[in-house]
Amino acid sequence: MTAPSVGGASRDGYGDGLLRLAEDSRVVVLEADLGKSTKSCHFRTQNPERTISLGIAEQNMMLVAAGMASSGKIPFASTFAIFTERAFEQVRNGIARAGLTVHVCGSHGGIHTGTDGSSAQSIEDLAIYRTIPGMTVLHPCDDVSAEELTVQLLDHSEPSYMRTARNKTTRVYDDSSVTELSIGKGSVIREGKDVCILACGVMVSESLAAADNLILDGISATVVDMHTLKPIDGSLIDRLASECGCIVTVEDHSIIGGLGGAVAEHLSAGVSVPIEMVGVNDRFGESGSPSDLMSNMGLSSKHIQNAAHAAISRK
Amino acid sequence: MNKGTGGMGLDVSQLQELSRKCRLSIIEMVHKAGAGHPGGSLSAIDLIVGLYGTRLRIDPENPDWSDRDRFIMSKGHASPAMYSILHQVGYLNHDDLMGFRTMGSVCQGHIDMKWTDGVDFSAGSLGMGLSFGLGCALAARMDGSEREIWVMLGDGEMQEGQVWEAAMAANYHSVGNLKAVIDRNRIQNDDFLEVQMEIGDIAAKLVSFGWAVKEIDGHRMSEIVDALEWAAEINDGPCAIIAHTVKGKGVSFMENNPSFHGKAPTDEEFVVAMEELK
Repeated sequence: MTAPSVGGASRDGYGDGLLRLAEDSRVVVLEADLGKSTKSCHFRTQNPERTISLGIAEQNMMLVAAGMASSGKIPFASTFAIFTERAFEQVRNGIARAGLTVHVCGSHGGIHTGTDGSSAQSIEDLAIYRTIPGMTVLHPCDDVSAEELTVQLLDHSEPSYMRTARNKTTRVYDDSSVTELSIGKGSVIREGKDVCILACGVMVSESLAAADNLILDGISATVVDMHTLKPIDGSLIDRLASECGCIVTVEDHSIIGGLGGAVAEHLSAGVSVPIEMVGVNDRFGESGSPSDLMSNMGLSSKHIQNAAHAAISRK
Repeated sequence: MNKGTGGMGLDVSQLQELSRKCRLSIIEMVHKAGAGHPGGSLSAIDLIVGLYGTRLRIDPENPDWSDRDRFIMSKGHASPAMYSILHQVGYLNHDDLMGFRTMGSVCQGHIDMKWTDGVDFSAGSLGMGLSFGLGCALAARMDGSEREIWVMLGDGEMQEGQVWEAAMAANYHSVGNLKAVIDRNRIQNDDFLEVQMEIGDIAAKLVSFGWAVKEIDGHRMSEIVDALEWAAEINDGPCAIIAHTVKGKGVSFMENNPSFHGKAPTDEEFVVAMEELK
Protein backbone atom coordinates (compact mmCIF):
# COMPACT_ATOMS: atom_id res chain seq x y z
CA MET A 1 0.00 0.00 0.00
CA THR A 2 1.46 3.34 -1.01
CA ALA A 3 1.15 6.43 1.17
CA PRO A 4 -2.34 7.91 1.17
CA SER A 5 -2.95 10.91 -1.03
CA VAL A 6 -5.88 13.30 -1.17
CA GLY A 7 -8.35 12.11 -3.76
CA GLY A 8 -11.85 12.79 -4.95
CA ALA A 9 -15.17 11.87 -3.42
CA SER A 10 -16.51 8.38 -3.87
CA ARG A 11 -19.35 9.82 -5.97
CA ASP A 12 -16.71 10.92 -8.47
CA GLY A 13 -15.54 7.33 -8.66
CA TYR A 14 -19.08 6.19 -9.39
CA GLY A 15 -19.29 8.66 -12.25
CA ASP A 16 -15.95 7.55 -13.65
CA GLY A 17 -16.96 3.91 -13.31
CA LEU A 18 -20.11 4.49 -15.34
CA LEU A 19 -17.99 6.01 -18.09
CA ARG A 20 -15.86 2.89 -18.21
CA LEU A 21 -19.01 0.77 -18.51
CA ALA A 22 -20.40 2.78 -21.39
CA GLU A 23 -18.88 0.58 -24.05
CA ASP A 24 -21.33 -2.16 -23.04
CA SER A 25 -24.52 -1.24 -24.87
CA ARG A 26 -26.67 -3.00 -22.24
CA VAL A 27 -25.73 -0.38 -19.65
CA VAL A 28 -28.35 2.33 -19.10
CA VAL A 29 -28.32 5.14 -16.56
CA LEU A 30 -31.40 6.50 -14.85
CA GLU A 31 -31.53 9.87 -13.15
CA ALA A 32 -33.99 11.61 -10.84
CA ASP A 33 -32.78 15.18 -11.41
CA LEU A 34 -29.55 14.79 -9.41
CA GLY A 35 -27.15 13.65 -12.12
CA LYS A 36 -24.79 16.55 -11.44
CA SER A 37 -24.66 15.52 -7.80
CA THR A 38 -24.42 11.75 -8.15
CA LYS A 39 -21.98 12.24 -11.08
CA SER A 40 -23.99 10.19 -13.55
CA CYS A 41 -23.97 13.44 -15.56
CA HIS A 42 -20.71 12.44 -17.24
CA PHE A 43 -22.33 9.33 -18.67
CA ARG A 44 -25.25 11.46 -19.83
CA THR A 45 -22.95 13.83 -21.68
CA GLN A 46 -21.33 11.02 -23.62
CA ASN A 47 -24.34 8.69 -23.92
CA PRO A 48 -27.54 10.75 -23.93
CA GLU A 49 -29.42 8.03 -25.81
CA ARG A 50 -28.85 5.62 -22.93
CA THR A 51 -29.55 8.05 -20.11
CA ILE A 52 -33.15 8.28 -18.92
CA SER A 53 -34.22 11.42 -17.08
CA LEU A 54 -37.20 10.76 -14.86
CA GLY A 55 -37.52 13.94 -12.87
CA ILE A 56 -37.91 14.16 -9.13
CA ALA A 57 -39.80 10.87 -8.93
CA GLU A 58 -37.72 8.15 -7.34
CA GLN A 59 -40.43 5.52 -7.01
CA ASN A 60 -41.10 5.64 -10.73
CA MET A 61 -37.36 5.53 -11.46
CA MET A 62 -36.88 2.26 -9.57
CA LEU A 63 -39.63 0.47 -11.48
CA VAL A 64 -38.58 1.92 -14.85
CA ALA A 65 -35.17 0.46 -14.06
CA ALA A 66 -36.80 -2.87 -13.22
CA GLY A 67 -38.68 -2.90 -16.51
CA MET A 68 -35.48 -2.17 -18.40
CA ALA A 69 -33.66 -4.94 -16.50
CA SER A 70 -36.41 -7.39 -17.47
CA SER A 71 -35.76 -6.41 -21.08
CA GLY A 72 -32.05 -7.21 -21.07
CA LYS A 73 -30.60 -3.90 -19.95
CA ILE A 74 -28.22 -3.35 -17.03
CA PRO A 75 -29.63 -0.28 -15.29
CA PHE A 76 -27.74 1.98 -12.91
CA ALA A 77 -30.22 4.23 -11.08
CA SER A 78 -28.94 6.96 -8.83
CA THR A 79 -30.13 9.74 -6.59
CA PHE A 80 -29.29 10.86 -3.06
CA ALA A 81 -29.09 8.02 -0.56
CA ILE A 82 -31.90 9.53 1.48
CA PHE A 83 -34.23 9.66 -1.55
CA THR A 84 -33.63 6.04 -2.48
CA GLU A 85 -35.20 5.32 0.90
CA ARG A 86 -38.43 6.91 -0.33
CA ALA A 87 -38.51 4.11 -2.90
CA PHE A 88 -37.49 1.34 -0.53
CA GLU A 89 -40.61 -0.70 -1.12
CA GLN A 90 -40.15 -0.31 -4.87
CA VAL A 91 -36.62 -1.69 -4.56
CA ARG A 92 -37.88 -4.51 -2.35
CA ASN A 93 -40.97 -5.54 -4.31
CA GLY A 94 -40.24 -4.30 -7.81
CA ILE A 95 -36.56 -5.11 -8.14
CA ALA A 96 -35.18 -7.62 -5.64
CA ARG A 97 -38.27 -9.76 -5.15
CA ALA A 98 -38.69 -9.94 -8.90
CA GLY A 99 -35.11 -11.20 -9.23
CA LEU A 100 -34.07 -8.28 -11.42
CA THR A 101 -30.54 -6.92 -11.48
CA VAL A 102 -30.71 -3.18 -10.99
CA HIS A 103 -27.84 -1.27 -9.44
CA VAL A 104 -29.00 1.54 -7.18
CA CYS A 105 -26.55 4.20 -6.10
CA GLY A 106 -27.30 6.59 -3.26
CA SER A 107 -24.89 9.50 -3.04
CA HIS A 108 -24.49 12.05 -0.25
CA GLY A 109 -24.86 9.33 2.38
CA GLY A 110 -24.04 9.86 6.03
CA ILE A 111 -23.37 12.74 8.39
CA HIS A 112 -20.31 13.59 6.29
CA THR A 113 -22.71 15.21 3.81
CA GLY A 114 -22.55 18.20 6.12
CA THR A 115 -24.23 21.55 5.88
CA ASP A 116 -27.52 20.49 4.28
CA GLY A 117 -28.39 19.10 7.67
CA SER A 118 -30.31 16.09 8.87
CA SER A 119 -32.85 15.90 6.04
CA ALA A 120 -30.10 14.91 3.63
CA GLN A 121 -27.95 12.84 5.97
CA SER A 122 -29.01 9.26 5.37
CA ILE A 123 -27.88 7.20 8.36
CA GLU A 124 -30.12 4.18 7.88
CA ASP A 125 -29.74 3.29 4.19
CA LEU A 126 -27.17 0.52 4.68
CA ALA A 127 -29.35 -1.09 7.34
CA ILE A 128 -32.56 -1.15 5.37
CA TYR A 129 -31.03 -2.46 2.15
CA ARG A 130 -29.23 -5.19 4.08
CA THR A 131 -32.62 -6.60 5.03
CA ILE A 132 -33.65 -7.32 1.44
CA PRO A 133 -33.00 -10.93 0.39
CA GLY A 134 -30.40 -11.23 -2.35
CA MET A 135 -29.37 -7.58 -2.23
CA THR A 136 -25.69 -6.70 -2.34
CA VAL A 137 -24.79 -3.65 -0.23
CA LEU A 138 -21.63 -1.66 -0.92
CA HIS A 139 -20.05 1.42 0.63
CA PRO A 140 -16.66 2.25 -0.88
CA CYS A 141 -14.19 4.44 0.98
CA ASP A 142 -12.67 6.59 -1.77
CA ASP A 143 -12.96 7.53 -5.41
CA VAL A 144 -10.72 4.87 -6.91
CA SER A 145 -12.38 2.01 -5.05
CA ALA A 146 -15.84 3.35 -5.87
CA GLU A 147 -14.86 3.35 -9.54
CA GLU A 148 -13.52 -0.20 -9.34
CA LEU A 149 -16.59 -1.57 -7.52
CA THR A 150 -18.91 0.19 -9.96
CA VAL A 151 -17.10 -1.47 -12.85
CA GLN A 152 -17.34 -4.86 -11.13
CA LEU A 153 -21.13 -4.50 -10.90
CA LEU A 154 -21.35 -5.02 -14.65
CA ASP A 155 -20.91 -8.76 -14.14
CA HIS A 156 -22.72 -8.91 -10.81
CA SER A 157 -25.92 -10.89 -11.19
CA GLU A 158 -27.75 -9.62 -8.13
CA PRO A 159 -29.35 -6.26 -7.42
CA SER A 160 -27.16 -3.89 -5.47
CA TYR A 161 -27.20 -0.74 -3.41
CA MET A 162 -24.02 1.35 -3.31
CA ARG A 163 -23.71 4.33 -1.00
CA THR A 164 -21.29 7.05 -2.07
CA ALA A 165 -20.22 10.16 -0.23
CA ARG A 166 -20.51 13.79 -1.25
CA ASN A 167 -17.19 15.08 0.05
CA LYS A 168 -13.59 14.32 -0.79
CA THR A 169 -11.70 11.97 1.47
CA THR A 170 -8.12 10.83 1.76
CA ARG A 171 -7.45 8.27 -0.95
CA VAL A 172 -6.85 4.80 0.50
CA TYR A 173 -6.10 2.90 -2.69
CA ASP A 174 -3.90 3.57 -5.67
CA ASP A 175 -4.25 2.34 -9.23
CA SER A 176 -2.37 -0.84 -8.38
CA SER A 177 -3.87 -1.83 -5.02
CA VAL A 178 -7.39 -1.15 -6.17
CA THR A 179 -7.22 -3.98 -8.69
CA GLU A 180 -7.18 -6.45 -5.79
CA LEU A 181 -10.65 -5.36 -4.65
CA SER A 182 -13.46 -7.83 -5.01
CA ILE A 183 -17.14 -7.48 -4.14
CA GLY A 184 -17.82 -9.56 -1.04
CA LYS A 185 -14.24 -9.63 0.18
CA GLY A 186 -13.03 -7.30 2.90
CA SER A 187 -9.78 -5.55 2.08
CA VAL A 188 -7.08 -5.58 4.77
CA ILE A 189 -5.39 -2.19 4.52
CA ARG A 190 -3.15 -2.48 7.54
CA GLU A 191 -2.02 -5.48 9.61
CA GLY A 192 -1.87 -5.42 13.41
CA LYS A 193 -2.30 -7.84 16.30
CA ASP A 194 -4.04 -6.12 19.22
CA VAL A 195 -7.35 -4.95 17.77
CA CYS A 196 -9.17 -5.30 14.48
CA ILE A 197 -10.89 -2.17 13.13
CA LEU A 198 -13.55 -2.96 10.54
CA ALA A 199 -14.60 0.23 8.76
CA CYS A 200 -16.50 1.37 5.71
CA GLY A 201 -16.88 4.53 3.64
CA VAL A 202 -15.36 7.77 4.80
CA MET A 203 -14.50 6.16 8.13
CA VAL A 204 -11.76 3.98 6.62
CA SER A 205 -9.34 6.88 6.38
CA GLU A 206 -10.36 7.99 9.90
CA SER A 207 -9.61 4.47 11.09
CA LEU A 208 -6.17 4.56 9.49
CA ALA A 209 -5.52 7.84 11.31
CA ALA A 210 -6.66 6.21 14.54
CA ALA A 211 -4.32 3.28 13.92
CA ASP A 212 -1.41 5.73 13.57
CA ASN A 213 -2.28 7.25 16.94
CA LEU A 214 -2.73 3.83 18.55
CA ILE A 215 0.89 3.04 17.71
CA LEU A 216 1.86 5.84 20.09
CA ASP A 217 -0.19 4.03 22.75
CA GLY A 218 1.72 0.83 22.05
CA ILE A 219 -1.17 -0.80 20.22
CA SER A 220 -0.99 -2.29 16.75
CA ALA A 221 -4.30 -2.32 14.90
CA THR A 222 -5.53 -4.15 11.84
CA VAL A 223 -7.66 -1.92 9.62
CA VAL A 224 -10.04 -3.43 7.09
CA ASP A 225 -12.05 -1.70 4.40
CA MET A 226 -15.39 -3.51 4.61
CA HIS A 227 -16.65 -2.03 1.37
CA THR A 228 -19.17 -4.86 1.07
CA LEU A 229 -21.67 -4.99 3.95
CA LYS A 230 -23.66 -7.73 2.29
CA PRO A 231 -22.68 -10.43 1.69
CA ILE A 232 -20.45 -9.83 4.70
CA ASP A 233 -17.00 -11.43 4.52
CA GLY A 234 -17.56 -13.82 7.41
CA SER A 235 -14.42 -15.89 7.00
CA LEU A 236 -12.24 -12.79 7.17
CA ILE A 237 -14.08 -11.56 10.27
CA ASP A 238 -13.63 -14.96 11.92
CA ARG A 239 -9.93 -15.02 11.18
CA LEU A 240 -9.27 -11.48 12.38
CA ALA A 241 -11.43 -11.91 15.47
CA SER A 242 -9.33 -14.91 16.43
CA GLU A 243 -6.02 -13.21 15.66
CA CYS A 244 -6.73 -9.85 17.32
CA GLY A 245 -9.14 -10.92 20.06
CA CYS A 246 -11.42 -7.89 19.78
CA ILE A 247 -13.17 -5.81 17.14
CA VAL A 248 -14.14 -2.21 16.56
CA THR A 249 -16.67 -1.43 13.83
CA VAL A 250 -16.69 2.06 12.35
CA GLU A 251 -19.29 3.63 10.09
CA ASP A 252 -20.86 6.98 9.22
CA HIS A 253 -24.25 5.38 9.79
CA SER A 254 -26.51 4.45 12.65
CA ILE A 255 -24.98 1.88 14.95
CA ILE A 256 -28.26 0.02 14.48
CA GLY A 257 -28.26 -2.38 11.58
CA GLY A 258 -25.27 -1.23 9.55
CA LEU A 259 -21.71 -2.57 9.52
CA GLY A 260 -21.69 -3.01 13.30
CA GLY A 261 -24.92 -4.92 13.12
CA ALA A 262 -23.69 -7.11 10.30
CA VAL A 263 -20.49 -7.98 12.15
CA ALA A 264 -22.31 -8.65 15.43
CA GLU A 265 -24.88 -10.83 13.67
CA HIS A 266 -22.12 -12.85 12.10
CA LEU A 267 -20.10 -13.27 15.28
CA SER A 268 -23.16 -14.17 17.37
CA ALA A 269 -22.84 -17.65 15.89
CA GLY A 270 -19.03 -17.75 15.79
CA VAL A 271 -15.92 -16.52 17.57
CA SER A 272 -16.77 -14.79 20.86
CA VAL A 273 -14.85 -11.52 21.15
CA PRO A 274 -15.63 -8.02 22.49
CA ILE A 275 -17.09 -5.65 19.89
CA GLU A 276 -17.19 -1.86 20.16
CA MET A 277 -19.28 0.05 17.64
CA VAL A 278 -18.40 3.54 16.41
CA GLY A 279 -21.26 5.16 14.53
CA VAL A 280 -24.21 7.48 14.86
CA ASN A 281 -25.76 6.74 18.22
CA ASP A 282 -29.48 6.59 17.37
CA ARG A 283 -29.95 10.30 16.71
CA PHE A 284 -30.39 12.65 13.75
CA GLY A 285 -27.65 14.96 12.59
CA GLU A 286 -27.72 18.69 12.01
CA SER A 287 -26.04 21.32 9.83
CA GLY A 288 -22.34 21.87 10.15
CA SER A 289 -19.01 21.24 8.51
CA PRO A 290 -18.22 17.56 8.08
CA SER A 291 -15.29 17.75 10.50
CA ASP A 292 -17.32 19.57 13.19
CA LEU A 293 -20.18 17.14 12.84
CA MET A 294 -17.98 14.06 12.89
CA SER A 295 -16.23 15.23 16.04
CA ASN A 296 -19.47 16.20 17.72
CA MET A 297 -21.28 12.98 16.88
CA GLY A 298 -18.59 10.52 17.88
CA LEU A 299 -17.20 9.77 14.43
CA SER A 300 -13.61 11.06 14.67
CA SER A 301 -10.33 9.17 14.76
CA LYS A 302 -10.16 10.03 18.46
CA HIS A 303 -13.42 8.18 19.07
CA ILE A 304 -12.09 5.18 17.17
CA GLN A 305 -8.93 5.26 19.24
CA ASN A 306 -10.98 5.30 22.46
CA ALA A 307 -13.16 2.46 21.20
CA ALA A 308 -10.06 0.40 20.47
CA HIS A 309 -8.86 0.85 24.05
CA ALA A 310 -12.32 -0.10 25.33
CA ALA A 311 -12.42 -3.23 23.19
CA ILE A 312 -8.94 -4.31 24.28
CA SER A 313 -9.83 -3.77 27.94
CA ARG A 314 -12.75 -6.15 27.56
CA LYS A 315 -10.65 -9.04 26.25
CA MET B 1 -47.14 -0.19 -35.25
CA ASN B 2 -50.15 -2.36 -36.09
CA LYS B 3 -48.45 -5.60 -36.95
CA GLY B 4 -51.71 -7.49 -37.34
CA THR B 5 -49.93 -10.74 -36.58
CA GLY B 6 -50.55 -11.06 -32.85
CA GLY B 7 -53.10 -12.90 -30.80
CA MET B 8 -54.90 -16.13 -31.47
CA GLY B 9 -56.90 -14.94 -34.44
CA LEU B 10 -60.24 -15.28 -32.62
CA ASP B 11 -63.50 -13.60 -33.62
CA VAL B 12 -65.87 -11.96 -31.18
CA SER B 13 -67.97 -15.04 -30.46
CA GLN B 14 -64.87 -17.13 -29.91
CA LEU B 15 -63.51 -14.49 -27.56
CA GLN B 16 -66.76 -14.50 -25.61
CA GLU B 17 -66.57 -18.26 -25.24
CA LEU B 18 -62.94 -17.98 -24.10
CA SER B 19 -64.00 -15.43 -21.48
CA ARG B 20 -66.68 -17.79 -20.20
CA LYS B 21 -64.11 -20.58 -19.79
CA CYS B 22 -61.77 -18.24 -17.97
CA ARG B 23 -64.55 -17.13 -15.64
CA LEU B 24 -65.22 -20.76 -14.74
CA SER B 25 -61.51 -21.22 -13.96
CA ILE B 26 -61.45 -18.06 -11.85
CA ILE B 27 -64.33 -19.24 -9.66
CA GLU B 28 -62.94 -22.77 -9.46
CA MET B 29 -59.49 -21.54 -8.45
CA VAL B 30 -60.65 -19.11 -5.79
CA HIS B 31 -63.12 -21.63 -4.36
CA LYS B 32 -60.47 -24.37 -4.20
CA ALA B 33 -57.97 -22.06 -2.55
CA GLY B 34 -60.56 -20.63 -0.19
CA ALA B 35 -59.08 -17.22 -0.86
CA GLY B 36 -58.23 -14.81 -3.63
CA HIS B 37 -59.71 -11.90 -5.54
CA PRO B 38 -62.65 -12.94 -7.72
CA GLY B 39 -64.29 -9.52 -8.17
CA GLY B 40 -61.41 -7.78 -9.93
CA SER B 41 -60.62 -10.92 -11.92
CA LEU B 42 -64.14 -11.09 -13.32
CA SER B 43 -64.17 -7.39 -14.19
CA ALA B 44 -60.84 -7.61 -16.03
CA ILE B 45 -61.12 -10.93 -17.82
CA ASP B 46 -62.92 -9.75 -20.98
CA LEU B 47 -60.17 -7.18 -21.55
CA ILE B 48 -57.43 -9.74 -20.95
CA VAL B 49 -59.08 -12.23 -23.29
CA GLY B 50 -59.35 -9.52 -25.94
CA LEU B 51 -55.65 -8.80 -25.62
CA TYR B 52 -54.46 -12.40 -25.75
CA GLY B 53 -57.06 -13.33 -28.33
CA THR B 54 -56.34 -10.58 -30.84
CA ARG B 55 -53.09 -8.82 -30.12
CA LEU B 56 -50.29 -10.23 -28.01
CA ARG B 57 -47.41 -11.82 -29.89
CA ILE B 58 -46.17 -14.47 -27.46
CA ASP B 59 -44.85 -18.01 -27.71
CA PRO B 60 -45.78 -20.42 -24.90
CA GLU B 61 -43.08 -22.77 -26.20
CA ASN B 62 -40.54 -20.03 -25.67
CA PRO B 63 -41.68 -17.94 -22.69
CA ASP B 64 -38.46 -15.91 -22.57
CA TRP B 65 -38.58 -14.89 -26.25
CA SER B 66 -37.03 -11.45 -25.91
CA ASP B 67 -39.09 -9.85 -28.66
CA ARG B 68 -42.48 -10.96 -27.35
CA ASP B 69 -45.10 -8.37 -26.54
CA ARG B 70 -45.34 -7.72 -22.82
CA PHE B 71 -48.44 -7.84 -20.65
CA ILE B 72 -47.88 -6.07 -17.34
CA MET B 73 -50.68 -6.93 -14.94
CA SER B 74 -50.27 -4.10 -12.47
CA LYS B 75 -53.40 -5.04 -10.54
CA GLY B 76 -51.71 -8.28 -9.58
CA HIS B 77 -54.26 -9.33 -6.98
CA ALA B 78 -56.47 -10.34 -9.90
CA SER B 79 -54.11 -13.24 -10.42
CA PRO B 80 -56.89 -15.80 -11.08
CA ALA B 81 -57.72 -13.88 -14.26
CA MET B 82 -54.07 -14.03 -15.33
CA TYR B 83 -53.73 -17.73 -14.55
CA SER B 84 -56.98 -18.55 -16.33
CA ILE B 85 -55.76 -17.04 -19.61
CA LEU B 86 -52.29 -18.56 -19.22
CA HIS B 87 -54.06 -21.91 -18.90
CA GLN B 88 -56.05 -21.29 -22.06
CA VAL B 89 -53.01 -20.27 -24.13
CA GLY B 90 -50.91 -23.17 -22.89
CA TYR B 91 -48.56 -21.95 -20.16
CA LEU B 92 -50.38 -23.64 -17.27
CA ASN B 93 -52.36 -26.86 -16.87
CA HIS B 94 -55.47 -27.45 -14.78
CA ASP B 95 -53.47 -28.94 -11.91
CA ASP B 96 -51.42 -25.74 -11.79
CA LEU B 97 -54.62 -23.73 -11.37
CA MET B 98 -55.83 -26.02 -8.61
CA GLY B 99 -52.60 -25.39 -6.70
CA PHE B 100 -53.36 -21.66 -6.52
CA ARG B 101 -52.08 -20.14 -3.25
CA THR B 102 -50.61 -23.41 -1.93
CA MET B 103 -46.95 -23.87 -1.03
CA GLY B 104 -44.71 -24.54 -4.01
CA SER B 105 -47.41 -23.71 -6.56
CA VAL B 106 -46.52 -21.87 -9.76
CA CYS B 107 -49.76 -19.97 -9.14
CA GLN B 108 -48.68 -17.68 -6.32
CA GLY B 109 -51.27 -15.56 -4.54
CA HIS B 110 -50.25 -12.50 -6.51
CA ILE B 111 -48.67 -12.87 -9.94
CA ASP B 112 -44.91 -13.35 -9.80
CA MET B 113 -42.57 -13.47 -12.79
CA LYS B 114 -40.09 -15.64 -10.89
CA TRP B 115 -42.66 -18.36 -10.39
CA THR B 116 -44.77 -18.45 -13.53
CA ASP B 117 -43.86 -18.67 -17.20
CA GLY B 118 -45.84 -16.13 -19.16
CA VAL B 119 -45.94 -13.60 -16.33
CA ASP B 120 -43.93 -10.50 -17.21
CA PHE B 121 -44.15 -8.66 -13.90
CA SER B 122 -44.18 -9.39 -10.18
CA ALA B 123 -47.16 -7.49 -8.87
CA GLY B 124 -49.17 -7.40 -5.69
CA SER B 125 -48.03 -4.02 -4.48
CA LEU B 126 -50.24 -1.57 -6.32
CA GLY B 127 -49.17 1.35 -8.45
CA MET B 128 -45.92 -0.03 -9.84
CA GLY B 129 -46.89 -1.62 -13.16
CA LEU B 130 -47.10 1.47 -15.33
CA SER B 131 -43.55 2.44 -14.35
CA PHE B 132 -42.34 -1.08 -15.13
CA GLY B 133 -44.13 -0.96 -18.47
CA LEU B 134 -42.46 2.37 -19.23
CA GLY B 135 -39.09 0.74 -18.60
CA CYS B 136 -40.01 -2.10 -20.97
CA ALA B 137 -41.17 0.43 -23.56
CA LEU B 138 -37.97 2.47 -23.36
CA ALA B 139 -35.87 -0.69 -23.67
CA ALA B 140 -37.86 -1.83 -26.70
CA ARG B 141 -37.32 1.51 -28.36
CA MET B 142 -33.58 1.36 -27.67
CA ASP B 143 -33.53 -2.09 -29.23
CA GLY B 144 -35.38 -0.89 -32.33
CA SER B 145 -38.03 -3.52 -31.56
CA GLU B 146 -41.70 -3.22 -32.50
CA ARG B 147 -42.80 -5.18 -29.44
CA GLU B 148 -45.82 -3.63 -27.74
CA ILE B 149 -46.09 -3.09 -23.99
CA TRP B 150 -49.59 -3.41 -22.55
CA VAL B 151 -50.23 -2.50 -18.92
CA MET B 152 -53.44 -3.29 -17.06
CA LEU B 153 -54.28 -1.02 -14.16
CA GLY B 154 -57.15 -1.00 -11.73
CA ASP B 155 -58.95 2.26 -11.06
CA GLY B 156 -58.37 1.92 -7.32
CA GLU B 157 -54.62 1.65 -7.73
CA MET B 158 -54.61 4.94 -9.60
CA GLN B 159 -54.84 6.54 -6.16
CA GLU B 160 -51.12 5.68 -5.89
CA GLY B 161 -48.95 8.70 -6.72
CA GLN B 162 -46.42 6.56 -8.57
CA VAL B 163 -48.97 5.93 -11.34
CA TRP B 164 -49.00 9.65 -12.09
CA GLU B 165 -45.22 9.90 -11.94
CA ALA B 166 -45.18 7.22 -14.62
CA ALA B 167 -47.95 8.87 -16.64
CA MET B 168 -46.00 12.13 -16.69
CA ALA B 169 -42.75 10.42 -17.64
CA ALA B 170 -44.37 8.33 -20.37
CA ASN B 171 -45.66 11.47 -22.05
CA TYR B 172 -42.31 13.25 -21.68
CA HIS B 173 -40.52 10.31 -23.30
CA SER B 174 -43.20 9.98 -26.03
CA VAL B 175 -43.39 6.21 -25.77
CA GLY B 176 -45.68 5.13 -28.58
CA ASN B 177 -45.30 1.47 -27.69
CA LEU B 178 -46.85 1.81 -24.21
CA LYS B 179 -50.56 1.12 -23.97
CA ALA B 180 -52.57 1.09 -20.75
CA VAL B 181 -55.87 -0.67 -20.18
CA ILE B 182 -57.71 0.58 -17.11
CA ASP B 183 -60.27 -1.64 -15.41
CA ARG B 184 -62.70 1.00 -14.16
CA ASN B 185 -64.78 -1.25 -11.91
CA ARG B 186 -65.36 1.48 -9.28
CA ILE B 187 -64.67 -0.76 -6.29
CA GLN B 188 -61.54 -1.13 -4.14
CA ASN B 189 -60.79 -3.25 -1.09
CA ASP B 190 -62.94 -1.56 1.51
CA ASP B 191 -65.77 -0.15 -0.59
CA PHE B 192 -66.72 1.80 -3.71
CA LEU B 193 -64.12 4.37 -4.78
CA GLU B 194 -66.70 7.11 -4.39
CA VAL B 195 -66.89 6.20 -0.70
CA GLN B 196 -63.19 5.62 -0.10
CA MET B 197 -61.64 8.37 -2.24
CA GLU B 198 -63.15 9.03 -5.64
CA ILE B 199 -60.52 9.66 -8.29
CA GLY B 200 -62.87 11.46 -10.65
CA ASP B 201 -62.49 11.82 -14.39
CA ILE B 202 -59.57 9.55 -15.24
CA ALA B 203 -59.85 10.36 -18.94
CA ALA B 204 -59.57 14.11 -18.37
CA LYS B 205 -56.65 13.60 -16.03
CA LEU B 206 -54.74 11.43 -18.50
CA VAL B 207 -55.51 13.76 -21.41
CA SER B 208 -54.07 16.61 -19.36
CA PHE B 209 -50.96 14.47 -18.91
CA GLY B 210 -50.68 14.22 -22.70
CA TRP B 211 -52.17 10.76 -23.21
CA ALA B 212 -54.53 9.64 -25.94
CA VAL B 213 -57.61 8.16 -24.27
CA LYS B 214 -60.61 6.10 -25.34
CA GLU B 215 -63.49 5.04 -23.10
CA ILE B 216 -65.38 1.82 -23.72
CA ASP B 217 -67.73 -0.72 -22.21
CA GLY B 218 -65.25 -3.22 -20.87
CA HIS B 219 -67.54 -6.18 -21.27
CA ARG B 220 -68.70 -5.62 -24.85
CA MET B 221 -66.21 -7.70 -26.80
CA SER B 222 -66.61 -5.92 -30.14
CA GLU B 223 -65.82 -2.60 -28.45
CA ILE B 224 -62.81 -4.15 -26.73
CA VAL B 225 -61.41 -5.50 -29.98
CA ASP B 226 -61.90 -2.16 -31.75
CA ALA B 227 -60.29 -0.25 -28.86
CA LEU B 228 -57.26 -2.54 -28.81
CA GLU B 229 -56.90 -1.96 -32.55
CA TRP B 230 -57.17 1.81 -31.97
CA ALA B 231 -54.48 1.67 -29.28
CA ALA B 232 -52.16 -0.47 -31.36
CA GLU B 233 -52.21 2.08 -34.16
CA ILE B 234 -51.07 4.95 -31.92
CA ASN B 235 -47.31 5.25 -32.13
CA ASP B 236 -46.43 8.83 -31.20
CA GLY B 237 -47.13 8.70 -27.47
CA PRO B 238 -48.78 6.72 -24.70
CA CYS B 239 -52.44 5.83 -24.85
CA ALA B 240 -55.02 4.40 -22.51
CA ILE B 241 -58.27 2.52 -22.85
CA ILE B 242 -60.57 3.25 -19.94
CA ALA B 243 -62.84 0.27 -19.74
CA HIS B 244 -65.99 0.71 -17.69
CA THR B 245 -66.58 -2.63 -16.06
CA VAL B 246 -68.62 -4.35 -13.39
CA LYS B 247 -66.74 -5.86 -10.49
CA GLY B 248 -67.67 -9.54 -10.23
CA LYS B 249 -69.14 -9.53 -13.76
CA GLY B 250 -70.89 -12.77 -14.70
CA VAL B 251 -71.79 -14.02 -11.23
CA SER B 252 -74.97 -12.34 -10.04
CA PHE B 253 -74.22 -12.15 -6.34
CA MET B 254 -70.67 -10.93 -6.90
CA GLU B 255 -71.57 -8.12 -9.30
CA ASN B 256 -71.02 -4.66 -7.84
CA ASN B 257 -70.49 -6.27 -4.44
CA PRO B 258 -67.43 -4.93 -2.62
CA SER B 259 -67.36 -7.92 -0.30
CA PHE B 260 -66.22 -10.13 -3.20
CA HIS B 261 -63.15 -7.99 -3.84
CA GLY B 262 -61.05 -10.47 -1.92
CA LYS B 263 -63.24 -13.31 -0.71
CA ALA B 264 -63.88 -16.86 -1.92
CA PRO B 265 -67.41 -18.16 -2.49
CA THR B 266 -68.82 -20.68 -0.03
CA ASP B 267 -69.55 -24.21 -1.26
CA GLU B 268 -73.19 -23.23 -1.87
CA GLU B 269 -72.22 -20.01 -3.65
CA PHE B 270 -69.71 -21.94 -5.75
CA VAL B 271 -72.45 -24.22 -7.10
CA VAL B 272 -74.62 -21.24 -7.98
CA ALA B 273 -71.74 -19.39 -9.64
CA MET B 274 -70.68 -22.34 -11.77
CA GLU B 275 -74.28 -22.89 -12.84
CA GLU B 276 -74.63 -19.25 -13.87
CA LEU B 277 -71.46 -19.43 -15.95
CA LYS B 278 -72.37 -22.65 -17.78
